[in-house]
Amino acid sequence: MMLDASEGYVTADGRQIGGVVMEMKNITLRFGGVVAIKDISFDIREGEIRAIIGPNGAGKSSMLNVISGFYVPQEGEVWYRGAPRPPMKPYEVANQGIARTFQNIALFEGMSVLDNVMTGRLNYMKTGLFAQALWMGRAEREETENRAVVERVIDFLEIQHIRKTPVARLPYGLKKRVELARALAAEPKLLLLDEPMAGMNVEEKEDMSRFILDVNDEFGTTIALIEHDMGVVMDLSDRVVVMDYGKKIGDGTPDEVRNNQEVIDAYLGVAHD
Amino acid sequence: MPEQLVFAMEVVLNGLMAGVLYALVALGFVLIYKASGIFNYAQGVMALFAAMTLVGIMQGQVPFAHLINATFGLHVTHFGWQIPGFIAILLTMAVMVLLAWLVQTFIMRHLIGQEPIILFMATIGLAYFLEGVADLMWGSEIKTLDVGLPQGINLWIDERTFNIFGYGFFIDNLDIVATIIAALLVAALVAFSQYTKQGRAMRAVADDHQAALSVGISLNFIWVLVWSVAGFVALVAGIMWGTKSGVQFSLSLIALKALPVLMLGGFTSIPGAIVGGLIIGVGEKLFEFAIGPLVGGATENWFAYVLALIFLVFRPQGLFGEKIIERV
Repeated sequence: MMLDASEGYVTADGRQIGGVVMEMKNITLRFGGVVAIKDISFDIREGEIRAIIGPNGAGKSSMLNVISGFYVPQEGEVWYRGAPRPPMKPYEVANQGIARTFQNIALFEGMSVLDNVMTGRLNYMKTGLFAQALWMGRAEREETENRAVVERVIDFLEIQHIRKTPVARLPYGLKKRVELARALAAEPKLLLLDEPMAGMNVEEKEDMSRFILDVNDEFGTTIALIEHDMGVVMDLSDRVVVMDYGKKIGDGTPDEVRNNQEVIDAYLGVAHD
Repeated sequence: MPEQLVFAMEVVLNGLMAGVLYALVALGFVLIYKASGIFNYAQGVMALFAAMTLVGIMQGQVPFAHLINATFGLHVTHFGWQIPGFIAILLTMAVMVLLAWLVQTFIMRHLIGQEPIILFMATIGLAYFLEGVADLMWGSEIKTLDVGLPQGINLWIDERTFNIFGYGFFIDNLDIVATIIAALLVAALVAFSQYTKQGRAMRAVADDHQAALSVGISLNFIWVLVWSVAGFVALVAGIMWGTKSGVQFSLSLIALKALPVLMLGGFTSIPGAIVGGLIIGVGEKLFEFAIGPLVGGATENWFAYVLALIFLVFRPQGLFGEKIIERV
């Protein structure tokens, strides 16, 4: 499937996908002598669910960290919304409308679920400190507006019953969902999910898959996710990048990738003779 | 009512007020420790620096006068104007914000991710450096600080208690003012951290750096903010202690008094700092009152540390500190 940057395509289930939102151009990332990512290029298009898969140690998380600004690649360019992105701090990337979740859950354990999700709205709060201190009209209106968005997200992800619960007390599966809620509260243009299903049981995985599909469907959010559970990925995603030992070995629709010999070898192992 | 009991009541009241002042200093420690995991040894010197700057500005002193005179052969000492207390306090606060920015930009920013002991050592360095700078800027002589806070015995309380107990309590007006200001300060800090954007961001950073970054919070900005708030608390503490016992080097040693308070209250808890301060304040005054005469007095010098030591043995996280859980 070869497309121009501005061209869209129609998915297997009939959704219209738009032009390129983010493009990775010849990214190479090294840690000392170790090459984590080697000359990888791919794009993410508006409205699609894009997966990055690969065996353990393939460099998937490193790739996500490059996109979200936690790592700066030695070579290559990251293009975002039609322009090359200068090296940025993670918080600046977040301010550009890219939200993310973490493989090992990074929530504010001491705060309630509601407060956690509210932090996702920090970028939308512009009122000055003194206006807030005096709780003046604008600050109050802003708080109410942001609160409304947050409540919608909480409702959407079905976590109303734990709104006031401190996050530290929640079970693993719910924590993952709260993290997703916080990312969604930022109304991101691009949502990055680092192994959203890791460590979950079958039922929780099904729930999470449903939420990811619903988010994409309801808000039209562009989603890039990392997963090593092949089955889940193939059901969820529109296009898949496959990585192995820091290199890209496949890129295409789930069906194309499934039948790619290199991918099969990487996952099943191949005898070298 | 037996005479001893009435005396004890006065002692407790005075202890509570002294405790408030300890709590004020401890609060500065807690703020920085919570947000960045740095135990800021320089907190006491910051209070000294703030108080000296305040006096200097009020009296229209020329900063670095000695240095300027020695270099250029001049004899300037004062600008010749007086600045009213309120404006001087605002100017001093601006200086503390500048200090916070300097500390973050030139020291802490380069030490992100280092071991706590290294960060601690850096703050020790900062303490001595700042002390030197304070001397160089404003001179090392003892100064009196008077921003117009009432001082001396509160006659109203003296009269009322005399009517009731036949013995007038000696309560210093300054202590009463300090208590009120400390209460307001704590209320303001709580409101700030609970209801403002920056407060939320501050709590977020205190909780998880990575997560904070991912929702678009600049760690650098928050740390400058935290050091500024700690500077503000140091300024308030500096004003109270400076008014009480003069602005002099020993002011920086109040930091040492805050240590037992932190061990009691926990390093990460704002209510802990307050309750810890009160317990130490009341404890040391009562102990001196009850046991002091039997052992020849001066128990106030060591009582707080012994109490802290006992706490360390039985409840190392303090009264309100986060529970220490070893995961295996």
